[in-house]
Amino acid sequence: MELTTIWFSLIAVLWIGYFALEGFDFGVGILLPVLGRTEPERRVLINTIGPVWDGNEVWVLVAGGATFAAFPEWYATLFSGFYLPLLLILVALIVRGVAFEYRAKRDDDRWRAAWDKAIFFGSLLPAVLWGVAFANILRGVPIDADFEYVGGFFNLLNPYALLGGVMTLLLFVTHGAMFIALKTDGEIRVRARALAVRTGIGAAAVAVAFLGWTQLDTGSTGSAVLFVAAAVSLLAGLFAVERLREGWGFIGTFATIVLGVAGLFVALFPDVMPTSLADGAGLTTTTAAATTYTLKIMTVVAVVFTPVVLVYQGWTYWVFRKRIAVHHIPGFETSETVGPRS
Amino acid sequence: MDVLDFARWQFGIITVYHFLFVPITIGLSAVIAGYETAWVRTGNVKWLRLTKFFGKLFLINFALGVVTGIVQEFQFGMNWSDYSRFVGDVFGAPLAIEGLLAFFLESTFLGLWIFGWDRLNPKLHVACIWAVHIGTLFSAYFILAANSWMQHPVGYKFNPETGRAEMTDFAAVLFNKVQLVTFPHTIMAAYMTGAAFVVGVSFWSMMQRRNSADRAVYHLGVRTGAAVMLLAGIGVAVSGDFSGKVMTEVQPMKMAAAEAQYESEQPADFSLFTIGTPDGLEEKFAIKVPKLLSFLATGSTDGRVEGINQLRVQYQETYGTDPGARYYSPEGYVPNIPVSYWSFRFMIGLGVVGAALAGLVLFVTRREKTPVGRHWRWIAIALPLLPLVANSFGWLFTEMGRQPWAVFGLMTTAQSVSPGVSAFEAGTSLVVLTLVYAVLAVVEVGLILKYVKAGAAPDPVTPDHTDDHPDRPLAFAY
Ligand code: HDD
Ligand code: HEM
Ligand code: HEM
Repeated sequence: MELTTIWFSLIAVLWIGYFALEGFDFGVGILLPVLGRTEPERRVLINTIGPVWDGNEVWVLVAGGATFAAFPEWYATLFSGFYLPLLLILVALIVRGVAFEYRAKRDDDRWRAAWDKAIFFGSLLPAVLWGVAFANILRGVPIDADFEYVGGFFNLLNPYALLGGVMTLLLFVTHGAMFIALKTDGEIRVRARALAVRTGIGAAAVAVAFLGWTQLDTGSTGSAVLFVAAAVSLLAGLFAVERLREGWGFIGTFATIVLGVAGLFVALFPDVMPTSLADGAGLTTTTAAATTYTLKIMTVVAVVFTPVVLVYQGWTYWVFRKRIAVHHIPGFETSETVGPRS
Repeated sequence: MDVLDFARWQFGIITVYHFLFVPITIGLSAVIAGYETAWVRTGNVKWLRLTKFFGKLFLINFALGVVTGIVQEFQFGMNWSDYSRFVGDVFGAPLAIEGLLAFFLESTFLGLWIFGWDRLNPKLHVACIWAVHIGTLFSAYFILAANSWMQHPVGYKFNPETGRAEMTDFAAVLFNKVQLVTFPHTIMAAYMTGAAFVVGVSFWSMMQRRNSADRAVYHLGVRTGAAVMLLAGIGVAVSGDFSGKVMTEVQPMKMAAAEAQYESEQPADFSLFTIGTPDGLEEKFAIKVPKLLSFLATGSTDGRVEGINQLRVQYQETYGTDPGARYYSPEGYVPNIPVSYWSFRFMIGLGVVGAALAGLVLFVTRREKTPVGRHWRWIAIALPLLPLVANSFGWLFTEMGRQPWAVFGLMTTAQSVSPGVSAFEAGTSLVVLTLVYAVLAVVEVGLILKYVKAGAAPDPVTPDHTDDHPDRPLAFAY
């Protein structure tokens, strides 16, 4: 396989890892005001992702860095072109990250309520905007012959892209609900299961529409297979959680995101940022790539260190495998709000 | 203001801000790891109390270090796209490796450390904070390798066909001679800053609680912190001396600007105070120490140090007309002299005062003493700030002294900016990020003060990782 293809695949893997992992913690953040009805319940929710959200976020940083190194032109065009949406994402990620850490640092209801809003919006915005951004990449945007994006902001808000945003939002919310059902105990767990099914049906409908549209536009046989597999795993996951099998439910949405995003990258290949202008020049894995020398070095580094990262990140999830319920939260050990254990 | 101005202000503000948290993270993680190791080894609960107390403050600081780092990673592409196209082949690699090696390590093991008190056995738990610290060192190494390449590009060749710098020797990039002096200097400065934070906080708390049983805990904090700070201070001075010599060799104009030295001299005197015209053409008034500059710059009291006026001519012969001239001086190639000159002095001066105060504090707290008197409180407050501000001045000097170049000798800052980004976009970004950062600064300082005032918790219960009762509450929860 060519080095550029390998690197296209590795960057796909990084984005897949990012969406499959940060996807559920975006979901938990969005569901904070929905599933967390009381203060201890909100703390249960935040603590399900407490030890892992930062590690999950690093996936996007490495995806960005790897794009810079392996496809400098792609990095430059994408980040300078999608300027304002990225700024919004950055601000969202900033306030969200600080909110997790600072929310519990003062015993004051208004303080906590403010940070809860930060967590909600800080999770909601990127959940939608990443979908919008990816849809635009797939669809092609105005890029001139110098590889400069010339489309402005509102060009990015087209129906296809917005549909993509709704899809990622619903998928992440469902994924988050599955995670909560898997990681909590008590009433919250019951509510999360029910909610996962409801939002999951919506997510399935939108995903079929968006992925179908994508398949018609730029799809290949490979992407078709992946899209169908993604849809099947989503339905299987919903079915599993209906039958109280939360582990399988979570694996279902996890697989949906992995397969779906993989399908999008397959549909994109060998382009990385196609142009919508007749006299423009789109970026492909060849025109955007770094030199063979750099790609070789990066390959060695990636092959050696990615497995190490996977092992210790996996170990973290194992260490924190216990379910959390209201009575585990310090200060609420004997709380009245302890729900039934199921 | 145009896109370039906005982008430069943004880079300066956002990076200096990021680097307020970075040295504390690097230095404090090392000190805390030391405290926890001492606790595991001796079982003395004082060490555990220090670990937990500074651990809490560390997390408040770390949160901002992380979120401001995210902006760093993206702003090269957003504001400096032509730069990214030009250097990506060389510069992207250390950045990507930093993420893979350092950020995953830091964030994952910090999660384990924070939430793992009751899940991991003590040896494993202390290993986690060491892993975090090693992560910060990796992070610093790779990002500084990237920065050193901008100061002194090596291991690449310019490809006229693609119009970009292409990497030919990765080892040369990683072991750039600028990197080999910058890394120790920056890390020593970070240790100094982290330790200064510990001394300042402990010293203040100790005076506040001079009659309580807790005094002994803070006393231990003061002693250990001040010792590390003093040693690191010596390390900073030694490594800084090497830095100066390498800098004179690869960027002579920066040294000339640091000294506001207009004409070449042999031997050269060190200026304590110089006033020149703002366009950098002429010296008006100066107080000097004979031959000191020759020694700093070349290692010999008799070495020749080039002046701004001679260097400008040399640069014009080598690189042609300076395309970034409008920013600095009409003749080009001269960085902002007052900023270079004063930031260099403040870096050294504030750092040296900080190290001296650490020595003083070690002296007055010997044999379990607690000094009396208001002025000691002011010293406690000044201690953490001195090296912190010295760090900012160090970066201001390094980066502004390199101007007009973004990559020395290859690409100017003016050529680096994104051609497709509008002034509206860049301006919005500058304003929004600055406002968000300002609010966060207020929140962060408030929290730090709150937790400093609260003090070290009384004997923390030693958590038991073997207790597996399903209803046991979490040892730590957000
Ligand atoms: C000498 C050290 C040093 C320097 C010069 C920089 N940083 Fe930094 N950075 C760190 C040392 C560090 C650190 C100590 O490793 C941090 C601070 C707090 C933290 O979480 O890690 C960090 C955090 C941090 C993060 C967040 C990581 C996470 O989520 O865990 C990113 C993305 C960056 N940095 C990126 C950058 C970029 C692109 C820089 C250059 C412009 C930069 N940093 C300068
Ligand atoms: C964290 C420590 C750093 C600080 C405090 C810092 C500070 C600064 C400052 C103040 C400027 C503005 C100079 C001017 O406009 O005259 C600047 C410019 C710049 N720095 Fe750094 N810097 C740091 C690290 C880095 C690193 C690690 C890189 C690269 C990896 C880098 C790349 C740049 C670039 C591209 C510019 C050009 C933009 C400009 O000149 O405004 N800096 N930096
Ligand atoms: C005793 C005196 C010191 C000397 C002789 C010294 C020397 C230097 C020199 C020559 C540079 C520029 C390197 C370059 O641009 O290539 C530098 C940069 C820097 N200094 Fe210092 N320094 C001293 C003290 C300090 C102190 C006390 C701190 C902070 C606590 C500090 C922090 C920095 C930082 C963060 C940089 C930018 C990174 C780098 O280029 O190494 N320095 N120093």
